[in-house]
Amino acid sequence: MAKSLEELRAIALRVRREIVEMIGAAGSGHPGGSLSAVEILVELYFDYMHIDPANPKWPDRDRFILSKGHAAPVLYAVMAEAGYTPIDKLNTLRKLGSMYQGHPDIRFMPSLEASTGSLGEGLSLALGMGLGARLDGRPSRTYVMLGDGEIQEGQIWEAAMAGAFHKVDNVVAIVDYNGIQLDGFVKDIMEIAPVADKWRAFGWHTLEINGHDLPAIQNALREAEATKGKPTCIVAHTIKGKGVSFMENNPKFHGTAPTPAEVKLALQELQ
Amino acid sequence: MPAKTKFEVKLGAATREAFGRAVVELGRENKDIVVCDADLAKSTMTVYFQKEFPERFFSCGIAEANMTAIGAGLAYAGKIPFIASFSAFAMNKGFEQLRSCAAYPHVNLKVVGTHSGISIGEDGPSQMSVEEIGLACSLPGFVVLAPADEVSTKALVRAAAAHLGPVFIRTGRPKCPIVYSGAHQFEIGKAIELVDGSDVTIIAGGLLVAQSLLAAETLEGEGISARVIDMHTVKPLDRQAIERAAAETGAIVVAEEHLVDGGLGVRVAQVVAQTRPCPMEFVGLQTYAESGTPDELMEKYGLVARDVAAAARKAVGRKH
Repeated sequence: MAKSLEELRAIALRVRREIVEMIGAAGSGHPGGSLSAVEILVELYFDYMHIDPANPKWPDRDRFILSKGHAAPVLYAVMAEAGYTPIDKLNTLRKLGSMYQGHPDIRFMPSLEASTGSLGEGLSLALGMGLGARLDGRPSRTYVMLGDGEIQEGQIWEAAMAGAFHKVDNVVAIVDYNGIQLDGFVKDIMEIAPVADKWRAFGWHTLEINGHDLPAIQNALREAEATKGKPTCIVAHTIKGKGVSFMENNPKFHGTAPTPAEVKLALQELQ
Repeated sequence: MPAKTKFEVKLGAATREAFGRAVVELGRENKDIVVCDADLAKSTMTVYFQKEFPERFFSCGIAEANMTAIGAGLAYAGKIPFIASFSAFAMNKGFEQLRSCAAYPHVNLKVVGTHSGISIGEDGPSQMSVEEIGLACSLPGFVVLAPADEVSTKALVRAAAAHLGPVFIRTGRPKCPIVYSGAHQFEIGKAIELVDGSDVTIIAGGLLVAQSLLAAETLEGEGISARVIDMHTVKPLDRQAIERAAAETGAIVVAEEHLVDGGLGVRVAQVVAQTRPCPMEFVGLQTYAESGTPDELMEKYGLVARDVAAAARKAVGRKH
């Protein structure tokens, strides 16, 4: 399923357009943190992960958990583009009965790996999945994306301790470090820096990358896979709202849908 | 009506001990059984499993929220995880994770709370769990079990493993009276009538089952015929057994080592109200307890046979 950089960039652009359109159609949702995570999810689903969208419960598959579940639109767009779910239904996001629920809900979308949305829990879920795969001798790797604000949750650090203690080296945590959370800039709400130092202190192999740089993401994922005896944390420096000028680094677009006029403007930029 | 035989209090193993033994047996039969504990393995008795299956035992440290979600992750990966801690911590500290990671996605997680109720004794209220039946029953899709003794615990732990979906099992610290000496079938959601009776029905769970059997003997001596039901499954309730009891005996007492608010009693009352309304009385806790020996506490907080018998007399007296 591996794709060229050119193809991956083209998919990323389509995903960004779909994110803006579906949140616009829904009238509510979280565009900023969806747009910041696009390259990472595109790289995982279209290049790096061993998956089979036609057989989503293949036991040896790699798994992805969107712990920052409010960024559901990026996950839905990427999974639809990958062939798990219908693209033409993306604009039913957040509507009654839609498989594209406000936050990822495995009851409505069985191809998901977990229901998420309550922050702080996905890393623990990933560890359980990683331990299960290890017990079964499966090659599966589990990737979990955390929000930067999300790592203010205490459970993240309980899980960080447990991941290193149990040497769960088939789990990779990716922190989408876009610097903004609902109430404003992370540094003003509850400072989390120095992020990489914290993960290192907790025993994780830790690297920092530009989270929009596809080759850098590829290299980081390869380095994570080559790292044995400890889990890896990739601190991905990203731009909230990436790709839409008026959303970039704008706390307003953490959790506010674009108006129809803003959708139009955004789509003009995303060509 | 079957002849009533005298109930003799003979102490068997604690229900937590029975759980610890049962999960090892399950582990021998099924390699997918895994266990997580939060630094209480020597108290929850998962230490037996840890010794026999170290590779399938995950020490989570004193971090119940993380343990709960790791357990859910193991279940997502196809394992049958039993996570254990004191009920006070398993349910209260892991509650949000039980809701979001187990109940709402309907994950196959088994949660075992030990040291439930006030019969833990000297450690006092910070370690006593008196709210967890209410909490567990509030979670849609959860099966909630409160076994009365060693034999029923072993059988219900086995039933929990075979059930597909989240389960909470409430166990206790002290050695407890043997209720089941002969062969019994234990099925989730199927109450067991231990003694038949026609004037009042005592519906009990956990340690109060033995106390209710003793109370029934006292009542029999006074000419009150009391039926005793072990409601080992608090959710889903055996609605038929409750409706039958209401119809046939016309008065119901519910007895439990738990706060009355949110406990078995209010759940039974809901069924009674919807089917055959009749006088009801409730034996349970009103607030937090204190340090003391288990026997002293059960006595002081009104959870012994005498209290059950008094409630039964009151319920019978309210019949038209």
